[in-house]
Amino acid sequence: MLNLGAALPEMFMAVSALALLMLGVFAGKDKSFRMVSWLAVAAQVVAIVLVVMGDGGSAFFGQFSADPFAKFCKVLILIGSATGIIMTMNFAERENMARFEFPILISLATLGMMAMVSANDMLSLYLGLELQSLALYVVAAIRRDTVRSTESGLKYFILGSIASGILLYGMSMVYGFTGTTNFTVLGDTLVGGELPLGALVGLAFIFAGLCFKVSAVPFHMWTPDVYEGAPTPVTSFFAVAPKIAGLALFIRVAVGPFGGAVEDWQQIIVLISILSMAVGSFAALRQENIKRLMAYSSIGHVGFALVGLAAGTQDGVTGVLVYLGIYLVMNLGTFAVILCMRRNDRMNEEITDLAGLAKTKPLMAAITAIFMFSMAGIPPLAGFFGKFYVFKAAVDAGLVTLAVIGLVTSVVSAYYYLRIIKVMYFDEPVEGFDRNGTEMNVIMAVATIIILAFVFFPNPLMDSAAVAAASLFGM
Amino acid sequence: MEIGLAHYLTVAAILFTLGIFGIFMNRKNVIIIMMSIELMLLAVNINLVAFSSFLGDLVGQVFTIFVLTVAAAEAAIGLAILVVYFRNRGTIAVEDINMMKG
Repeated sequence: MLNLGAALPEMFMAVSALALLMLGVFAGKDKSFRMVSWLAVAAQVVAIVLVVMGDGGSAFFGQFSADPFAKFCKVLILIGSATGIIMTMNFAERENMARFEFPILISLATLGMMAMVSANDMLSLYLGLELQSLALYVVAAIRRDTVRSTESGLKYFILGSIASGILLYGMSMVYGFTGTTNFTVLGDTLVGGELPLGALVGLAFIFAGLCFKVSAVPFHMWTPDVYEGAPTPVTSFFAVAPKIAGLALFIRVAVGPFGGAVEDWQQIIVLISILSMAVGSFAALRQENIKRLMAYSSIGHVGFALVGLAAGTQDGVTGVLVYLGIYLVMNLGTFAVILCMRRNDRMNEEITDLAGLAKTKPLMAAITAIFMFSMAGIPPLAGFFGKFYVFKAAVDAGLVTLAVIGLVTSVVSAYYYLRIIKVMYFDEPVEGFDRNGTEMNVIMAVATIIILAFVFFPNPLMDSAAVAAASLFGM
Repeated sequence: MEIGLAHYLTVAAILFTLGIFGIFMNRKNVIIIMMSIELMLLAVNINLVAFSSFLGDLVGQVFTIFVLTVAAAEAAIGLAILVVYFRNRGTIAVEDINMMKG
């Protein structure tokens, strides 16, 4: 049945984005940026409340499902994009990209992500994914007067469109050989049965398309270029919200409709995961640009998260969800630091620009060190627990080799995280950075507190992740 | 000769492959890449309509209409990005899109 109430947060986001567009147009182009931005943030906060308070259930005749899994992911996505907009405001005004369309595009992309994590049908999945992607292509090219931003938008567009094409081809194959596009029906048909060969080919295509979207190896080549070229706050948004949405979609597709065919897709995920962890660790070693470094770091993180999915168990999915929550906090914090790397009102993006930060800004250096230790997975920081749960799930599912490879690459990746700490603490200081914006300080402080406190209060995140994963396995 | 499902699928597979090859073999012009992307989406549409007709199920045709709509929006956005890129760089040759190496 229709049951519009289950899709209330999405409808609210859609209407608020359109209302903000009108507001921006009528209030005058230049003055309205800050107002529209704050209103978009407010709309996302309201959407979080609506998501949490919502009854859930399925809507639009089975096309859409607001189960606890979708709710969990939506909250993470909304936090990521609201923080993304807040981090953009000062940057945009200084760098001449203060257009009111920016927060609206982010809102629309967020709407697309919410729709796609709630998708219960290939059609709604595709539409959500495209709404997200089309908005993000424009966001990447938002600084339309610079070559780098437009080039990153163009690259993102071309590779993203190829990914959509591949994904669609896979969907058409699955539809043709199973006769349905609905996830619930697909899941019921496939339980215990052999997957028809055509549908298996389709599944491989769908996974290839999804790998593009989450930038897993071997479909990661767009990531470093897009991350480097896009304006820094946009990069920080790209590294968080679409990643979480893409991985959530990956989990839903793998576990929901194709849950009966775990043996068929497990090896694919294992391979992708190993390659992503390896490329994420080794290719990052020789990066000098910190945005490129974060791009490879995010490829590696996707690999670690996929370890949990490869297990194919409820514990594995719980692990991935916990990982995503922690990843969100660590990445927002790190990008707040990167956005504070301004000297004489110009952005700096080289790792060497951080030299001697411990002398010029000791507190910020300490916070950055905490983020880096957490990313490297050093206990007792939050990043360690994210990795711990996915590896534990993999070992429990008998994928010991995968877990060992994960540990080894994790050690390799520790090298470049620790290198940043070394540059900050032991290199000769260069000229200090400009004063941080208040909002950046708040974001860094909150992220630090969460990372430090997770070891004492893991329950809020752990419990909701467990409930979310359980809903996906129908228990 | 009876034209069956296999024929439609073969045509669609060939078109899809042509689209992919068009993207990766072409070193001249970004417009050709966009045409190749359209080709991939149209191959998918042929697939969906053929399956829909042979399964006697309307979902595939509904899907096709949505894909067509999204493809139009995608082409519009792609061309818009291409135009701003051309204004900055003065060229749209594929080998010149190399400000960042990767």
